[in-house]
Amino acid sequence: MKASGFPYVLPMLLLSVAFFATPLAVLVGFSFAGPGGATLEHYARFFGDAFNFRVLVNTARLGLETVIGTTLLGVPIALLYWHGGRNLRQILIFLTLIPMLTSNVVRTFAWIVILGRQGPISEALVGLGLTGMPTSLLFTELGLVMAMCQIDLPLIILPLIAILSRTPVQLTEAAQVSGAGPWRIFVTVLLPLMLPGLLAGWILVFASTSSSFVTQAVIGGARNVYVPQLIYREVGTLFDWPLASAIAVVLLLSTGCLLVALTMMSRHRRLFGHA
Amino acid sequence: MPDRRENPIPVMLYKAFVYGFGGLCVIYLVAPIVIALTMSFTSGQTLKYPPQGFSLRWYAALLDPVRSATEHIAAWNSLKIAGLAVLGSLIFAVPATIGMTRMKLSAAGTIEPLLLAPLVLPSLVYGLAALIVANFIGFKPSLWLTVAGHVVVFGPLMYRAASVVAQGLNPSLAEASTTMGASWFMTLRRVTLPLLMPGILAGAFLVFIQSLDNVSVSLFLADARTTVLPLRMFALIEESLDVRVAAISGILIAVTLVGLLVARRVLAPPRQA
Repeated sequence: MKASGFPYVLPMLLLSVAFFATPLAVLVGFSFAGPGGATLEHYARFFGDAFNFRVLVNTARLGLETVIGTTLLGVPIALLYWHGGRNLRQILIFLTLIPMLTSNVVRTFAWIVILGRQGPISEALVGLGLTGMPTSLLFTELGLVMAMCQIDLPLIILPLIAILSRTPVQLTEAAQVSGAGPWRIFVTVLLPLMLPGLLAGWILVFASTSSSFVTQAVIGGARNVYVPQLIYREVGTLFDWPLASAIAVVLLLSTGCLLVALTMMSRHRRLFGHA
Repeated sequence: MPDRRENPIPVMLYKAFVYGFGGLCVIYLVAPIVIALTMSFTSGQTLKYPPQGFSLRWYAALLDPVRSATEHIAAWNSLKIAGLAVLGSLIFAVPATIGMTRMKLSAAGTIEPLLLAPLVLPSLVYGLAALIVANFIGFKPSLWLTVAGHVVVFGPLMYRAASVVAQGLNPSLAEASTTMGASWFMTLRRVTLPLLMPGILAGAFLVFIQSLDNVSVSLFLADARTTVLPLRMFALIEESLDVRVAAISGILIAVTLVGLLVARRVLAPPRQA
């Protein structure tokens, strides 16, 4: 068939424009909607309220902490993959996919069990004599970050593994023969190699953390409020749709800026870094 | 050969770091799944871990048609929505995948970000946007609206999975088929689609799993009557910490595990030479 492929693409393109791009445009428009034309009132209301602003800062901080946590946990797993044989590599891929494909609510539930007063962490702390009484990490930011790190970990492992599986082992062998120790190889060869994967992972982790409604609501509890709950509250109970739209646009813009910044960083590296 | 003497201590430390700390990180990754699964067999009334004894009582409570009627309805709704979302993404994404391989690279490069955009956008924002528009047009939240939302948000997964396979295909295979006198439909049915099948199956699996688990779109687009399973679980967790949630989790983990084992070959990243 020599015919152009465009007619095949058209339905999905129309779907994307009509049911995705249009609603987003309407949402943005809605956030400026006032009785007498466009207004910044809803944004002023959002940023004028110290509570809302703190929620935004909390959400960004949660995203950042989770990015750091998943990096600290993900890089060692990637190294394990790098040094492992074929079987270990397959097992690692499998063990990464299981949690990733398991329902978010299930993973959140698991963390309720782990962090709760009767959970293994509390039991261990009491058993070691570190705390006299059973303690709960539920409804704390520490507990939430611990949970988010595990929930988002596959998002950073998979890009790293994808890069490493395409990298020939001879690369570190060459460095080794030239006399570099393992730590030096890690810092000067493997880590730069992983950087594009880390950038990709950071985007995914940050986006996922800042919009993980259920985990935030359940593990964070009522005292730690993040942007998604704020949006839902404005829609569901206060029926303030314009304000909800404005908050959604702020969330969108902050995630979008990060996305663009990180993408530009990775382009920059590709152009000026290694060939 | 390097004549520099290798200091054994950093090497040992590095090995300890990779295999020791790396191993601990893997445990951190997997342990919660194991904990949720074992929790579902507790004989106790609470979420005490380790569980006090082994029993199937929470599974029995979950299967009890009277006690768990709401959960059954929610599960059935979720299965319907996920099935329809897979069907919808097949209808839209598979033709798009085939079409893209036949387009000029520059044109395809312009269109592709548009098709993939829903994957990067926080779906909670999309849920709100879709609700606002639906409300304008006069649609009330419903099962069908939820399905439409899921197709928009997860269809790109199908597209991406299938296009990974499509990019690896040799275009001359389809050409050969048409040159030999096969109609375009014959070529599609006997050559193109069978070759794309691993990608399509992987896509269907991903769309199904994601739809089954989605909260942020269903939250806005599903009505009170079409409660979906993840939202029902969310409610159970918030209201009462009902141990039946553990049994639901157990079933979902088992389903994921079986699905993954079946799909392992399909989902495995392409082996590089």
